[in-house]
Amino acid sequence: MPVLQIRGLTHYFGGLRAVHDFNLDLEPGELVGIIGPNGAGKTTVFNLITGVYRPTEGEILFNGHNLVGKRSDQIVSLGIARTFQTIRLFKNLSVLDNVRIARFARMSYGVPAAMFRLPKYVREEAQTRERALELLDLMGLSEQATWVASSLPYGLQRRLEIARALATEPRLLLLDEPAAGMNPGEIAELMDLIQWIRRRFDLTIILIEHQMRVVMGICERIKVLDFGETIAEGTPAEIQNNPRVIEAYLGEEAVA
Amino acid sequence: MQTLIQQVLNALQLGSVYALIALGYTMVYGIITLINFAHGDIFMVSTYVAFFVGTALMSQLLHLPGIVVFVLTMLAAMFATALLAVLIERFAYKPLRQAPRVSAVITALGVGLFLENFTLATIGPDPRFLPKFFPVQTFTVGGVAFSNVQIVIIAVSAVVMLLLDTIVRRTMVGMAMRAVSWDKFTAPLMGVPVDRIISITFAIGASIAAIGGTLFGMVYTVDPYMGIRIGWWAFISAVVGGIGNIRGAMLGGYILGFVEIFTPVILPASTYRDFVAFSLLLVLLIFRPYGILGRPVAQKV
Amino acid sequence: MKQPSFSFLSRILAPLRAAYESLPPSVRRWTMPVLLVIFFIVALFSPAFINLYWQQVLIYVGINIILAASLNLVNGYMGEFSVGHAGFMAVGAYVASILTVWVFPRWGWGEYIPYLFPVALLVGGLAAGLTGLVIAFPSFRTRGDYLAIVTLAWNMIVKSVLENIDAIGGPRGFMGMQKLTSVAWVYVWVVITIYLLRNLVYSNFGRGTLSIREDEIASSLVSVDTRKVKITVFVVAAFFAGIAGGLFAHIIQFINPRSFSILKSTDVLVMVYLGGIGSLGGSILGATVYTVLLELLRPLQVWRWVVGPLLLVLLMIFRPRGIMGMQEWRFLVPREERVETLAALMERIRRKGEAVAAPAPVGGSSD
Repeated sequence: MPVLQIRGLTHYFGGLRAVHDFNLDLEPGELVGIIGPNGAGKTTVFNLITGVYRPTEGEILFNGHNLVGKRSDQIVSLGIARTFQTIRLFKNLSVLDNVRIARFARMSYGVPAAMFRLPKYVREEAQTRERALELLDLMGLSEQATWVASSLPYGLQRRLEIARALATEPRLLLLDEPAAGMNPGEIAELMDLIQWIRRRFDLTIILIEHQMRVVMGICERIKVLDFGETIAEGTPAEIQNNPRVIEAYLGEEAVA
Repeated sequence: MQTLIQQVLNALQLGSVYALIALGYTMVYGIITLINFAHGDIFMVSTYVAFFVGTALMSQLLHLPGIVVFVLTMLAAMFATALLAVLIERFAYKPLRQAPRVSAVITALGVGLFLENFTLATIGPDPRFLPKFFPVQTFTVGGVAFSNVQIVIIAVSAVVMLLLDTIVRRTMVGMAMRAVSWDKFTAPLMGVPVDRIISITFAIGASIAAIGGTLFGMVYTVDPYMGIRIGWWAFISAVVGGIGNIRGAMLGGYILGFVEIFTPVILPASTYRDFVAFSLLLVLLIFRPYGILGRPVAQKV
Repeated sequence: MKQPSFSFLSRILAPLRAAYESLPPSVRRWTMPVLLVIFFIVALFSPAFINLYWQQVLIYVGINIILAASLNLVNGYMGEFSVGHAGFMAVGAYVASILTVWVFPRWGWGEYIPYLFPVALLVGGLAAGLTGLVIAFPSFRTRGDYLAIVTLAWNMIVKSVLENIDAIGGPRGFMGMQKLTSVAWVYVWVVITIYLLRNLVYSNFGRGTLSIREDEIASSLVSVDTRKVKITVFVVAAFFAGIAGGLFAHIIQFINPRSFSILKSTDVLVMVYLGGIGSLGGSILGATVYTVLLELLRPLQVWRWVVGPLLLVLLMIFRPRGIMGMQEWRFLVPREERVETLAALMERIRRKGEAVAAPAPVGGSSD
């Protein structure tokens, strides 16, 4: 049974059609890439899945739950996490706090328990502290746990954003251009990291990316968007040879 | 029926003043998205300028006709208040243009309180009256009584508003203002002198408030805290009309004028007027947060 | 959060601190409770050695600490801009006063009123907390300037409603309260307030609150239920403002709607931003400095009202984060959240950590 089923997803901004009739079936453990030129509607798809926008039409089913109309935090606590095209960390907070915030939905004590330091609060907080630190250790950020997030070097900020997404305990991870702004060395490292977290956390991943190397290197299946329309779909090899894709997207690169 | 028309005239008179002040709030918000909470007090300062200049002119230059004194007083008030507003912008707001938005709003609140208390400390709390520039004449047409002062207020306000609307829509300065308000990062690339345009906006907003102040002073008394109530009402006008929208501010001003005049007619006492005005504001913000003529701003993810 | 660095102070106190640190942890654990009890005893007997005027100043300092710390939760930690704190204070003040002046005597509890005072305050606080929802719900849809206007409108509406209810004196005000607020009572409430707020701030909700300030959309996309957090913050802040209102009413013994105007709210704002946003220690400092400063400036008469606004403007321009913005006094940070405790915990986790860690980052980075 697919993890994620998207049927006829369509979204308009006023009169502008950002996404049209987007369909996707995602099997557990798959790593699917979405590519397409700027403004093709890739990030909009993520925003629709995570409830930032409400789709004009279409349905999104995640493990049998209909996501349309749910709030972002509800969707995330069902098991979908994402990162952002431009890093959106909680800049003035510590690395540890960035990760702990993402465990909000996984904690069950109430406001009175917090204010009066009831046993439940103490227990859950201790647990969260430990798990967050473990995760940071695992992601190679243990040295920086008490740093302010904005003081991390760029590459590590990207890494922290992924760690923060993982802290929500997702089944499905949406990565929005994780390689943006990285140098070739960092990109190679990122590709290793993505494949590693997929195995380690047993994840299904959708990856939006501009860097062809990344998508072609690690995705099993690729969808190509242009002006909100899906113009091609298939394995990296098929996509690379698809004339429509070459025309719409790889055009310049193919010529050069 | 006659009382109704009478009340409508009163509402128009008051609404004109609110609208004139609301314009200052809305223009500044439009251009630098700052709620200039000091604007009500800039209006207050303008009435004091009008009071001092008007009194001085009336006592020493008695041979001048009242209407000339009136115009001179208004011009003096406009000039002085514009200068004050530009100075405030330069020294209190400009340093904060890159700071979080909240800092500038708090500063504006602080500047407003400063003006109030400074005026209180220097001039004192006693209410003052502007001199009579010309004798008040009352006309009665079909049972409805109205004065020449009332007509002057309504007419002058209307002319000023038409003029402003034309300036913003048709002149280079207006175009530059709209450019800065649209995108203050791109505007300088197109050769728009952003700093100067912002100063001009503050100056225009303040001088319009000064026109309102002079007109207001012809009918009501002047005291250091008058800017609070009138300022808030004008501010609500701006928000009700859609802050940042010039025509919205005019519309909002008249709406609030009507609210103020007609509240005691419907509810038992005039003390409910604040309640009605602010409830109106609250309800509107919940259901139509961008005001009657305002447009929502999309959030970027 | 970082700990503050008062280099000058810390240099003077270094030897003292070293001596203290050499004490065994089991002893140090008791420092704070013992200090609190000592201060309480001092507060209890303060009327014996402090004159009435300075007692009153101390009480105002305490009330202002409660107001500033609770407003800081909204403005500092959550990054919203509430201008209507005095509105909640008014609700607490009127409800508590009605209880002690009318309700308790009518129920024949007149003689127990001094003991029932905390109950009156709590009820006042709860009533204020309930009205906190008035601001919480609009905050789901609007933020920034528009929410500021909502809070402002709220303040004005409360004032206007109070002016129009003749039964509680209308614009003339309400009186007949006994002078129940003492230095000791205020001290107890300050300690309770700071303790509870500190616990909240260092909890899941506190971190959620901070994340809303940092980036509301990102925060809901990492599972923070922003509505729940906002309701919590506005209700809790309003609750403590209500408590402060009750204490205030029972020291000046006469309240009228004008005592809770926007000017009062602005005073609290000055204290919050003077002390520093996102810091309870800052609010304690801000409230103390500002209250005492205004008292010392009393000889200036009306001119002293020029000082507050001027201070606010200068602060915003030259030190927008206040004296200790985003920093916290060490004793206000829960033991388990202090940097060294976290570092030790990290060390332990690293040692037992899995052999298979994520592919390590390549050195530093591009920028």
